[in-house]
Amino acid sequence: MRRASKRWRPGIARLGIYAFLLSAALFFLAPLYIMIVTSLKSMDEIRLGQLFAWPMALTLQPWRAAWSEACTGVACEGVSAGFWNSVLITVPSTVLPILVGAVNGYALSFWRPRGANALFGLLMLGAFIPVQVMIYPLVKMLAAISLYSSLPGIVLVHLIFSMPVMTLLFRNYYAGIPAELFKAARIDGGGFWRIFVQLMLPMSPPIIIVATIMQVTGVWNDYILGLVFAGRDHLPMTVQLNNVINTTTGERLYNLNMAATILTSLVPLLVYFASGRWFVRGIAAGAVKG
Amino acid sequence: MSAVTVSDLDISFGSHAVIQGLNLAVQEGEFLVLLGPSGCGKSTLLHSIAGLIEVSGGRIEIGGADMTEAEPSERGIGMVFQSYALYPTMTVERNMSFGPRVAGVPKAEIARRVQRAAQMLQLEPLLQRKPAQLSGGQRQRVAIGRALVREAAVLLFDEPLSNLDAKLRAELRRELKLLHQQLGATMIYVTHDQVEAMTLASRIVVMKGGVIQQVGAPGEVYERPANLFVAGFLGAPGMNFVPARLSCKPGAPVRLVQPFELDLGGYEFLAAPVHGQAVVAGIRPEHVQLRAGGAFSGRIELVEPMGNHQVVWMASAGHSLAALVHEALVLRAGQVVEFDLDVSRLSLFDADSEQRL
Repeated sequence: MRRASKRWRPGIARLGIYAFLLSAALFFLAPLYIMIVTSLKSMDEIRLGQLFAWPMALTLQPWRAAWSEACTGVACEGVSAGFWNSVLITVPSTVLPILVGAVNGYALSFWRPRGANALFGLLMLGAFIPVQVMIYPLVKMLAAISLYSSLPGIVLVHLIFSMPVMTLLFRNYYAGIPAELFKAARIDGGGFWRIFVQLMLPMSPPIIIVATIMQVTGVWNDYILGLVFAGRDHLPMTVQLNNVINTTTGERLYNLNMAATILTSLVPLLVYFASGRWFVRGIAAGAVKG
Repeated sequence: MSAVTVSDLDISFGSHAVIQGLNLAVQEGEFLVLLGPSGCGKSTLLHSIAGLIEVSGGRIEIGGADMTEAEPSERGIGMVFQSYALYPTMTVERNMSFGPRVAGVPKAEIARRVQRAAQMLQLEPLLQRKPAQLSGGQRQRVAIGRALVREAAVLLFDEPLSNLDAKLRAELRRELKLLHQQLGATMIYVTHDQVEAMTLASRIVVMKGGVIQQVGAPGEVYERPANLFVAGFLGAPGMNFVPARLSCKPGAPVRLVQPFELDLGGYEFLAAPVHGQAVVAGIRPEHVQLRAGGAFSGRIELVEPMGNHQVVWMASAGHSLAALVHEALVLRAGQVVEFDLDVSRLSLFDADSEQRL
């Protein structure tokens, strides 16, 4: 049933709401504005101290420097190396957790092995333990299997920490698929993997998109796990950024720092902008059902 | 040889026993309907035959082989579900051929089977569509087609028409009956709809609380219900029940006394009647005949016109009785009418055990 749209009447309450929303938006956008204009100014102009002023002479030099010349300690190669490290970490740390989470959720929803609920409860409990508690034991464990300070090591760590959320996401999604569909496939002779690959996965794109968004932003924004587990050769962009900004030799290059920060947050920002609708849906799916 | 034999079947979910010691033999080629209210265990029984539910004890034989522990796909069954359960990402053709493809049936053979099933169910123009592009009736036809393509000896139906509207339901019901006549396959059909049960079944199995109440041909179950539950479950409007007592004096025929005095000369007792025994007399509304000069009288409380007949609710001797009237009589609430009861169509139940006498 479609209701006729009410005529819009600007009441005093509505005006208040808009005034509040507008000021909140300005408040949160102000830092971004400052970052962008600062990154486009030369250091001489920055020293004038006019924080909100539009740059008198636009320059892209700080961006170039931030990408490929900024120094961290002895190496001077900008955040570009970190960018590619982050890509190397994020791609497998997104694909693997989604695959494993999907299989977990599928098994828990449809095959219901003995003790499935207990297992799931345990997994959820894991989601509430702070990461910091597990860092030291994990370092020891990874060192024991010689994966500490390596790309596979950091991917494995991301896989472990994402497992509760990924499993929950897929389990709740599959719980919404009628059990009769699964039963029909069983009668048609489908086994565990065939039903998963030929029936469930083709039905999963909505939740796979949500999971991808959550994993990409989560892994990209991660700092502490990358710092501890990735090793010197695979430090992610976030860690690289911190090193660039905290280099204490010489003058503080605010324009370069701003550019490097924006570059680092570009990937999650793009993901949010491209998929805000899906992201909200995913959060709701994880929170409400189950 | 029976197509499906269930012996001493026990099914429990956790500590809750749903079915205990159930025995049932389904004949080759028959249309067996499992009928009962929701929660009576009929679906559970069907799903255990399909192998979708683990049994706690007993034995299930299909086509003479023990299938108690077999995988659903190995049992030689096809199944149709209430929610259609079509694979939403596959076309109608892929839906129907999924089973044989999994089983590795040669392509030409699969094409032949799909073609045949599509022809029988008028699905040919729909073969390349996705389930979402079909109406409810078409979806259920596809689901039936998918079961047929398996070329199984036994077809299982789990309330397949319950999601359809009344007109479509009647239409598909007739199609199913025709299909059964053409194929001659054994069919086991679960429903809570007595019309479906009466019209489709070779035999009806009435269940309640996980226990079989009666097994018999539709006419037999309707005419000679084994107990009060079966009597009350079948028929709309339901059977009239009147508590009464038996009088069997030596040398005189057995009589029903209080509130209706009735000579039971024509009644076939299953057990010898006892004088003074408390009974429940059951009489179907169509066997209450309004007739001037009838032996009993009642006051009409309500008349429900049904088009080709009317249902008359009347109060008689402190009881409410329904009567089915096919004649075009003008009847009004408040009117006093006379009627007869057809003794030969009467059912008597023991008031305590509720079993047929």
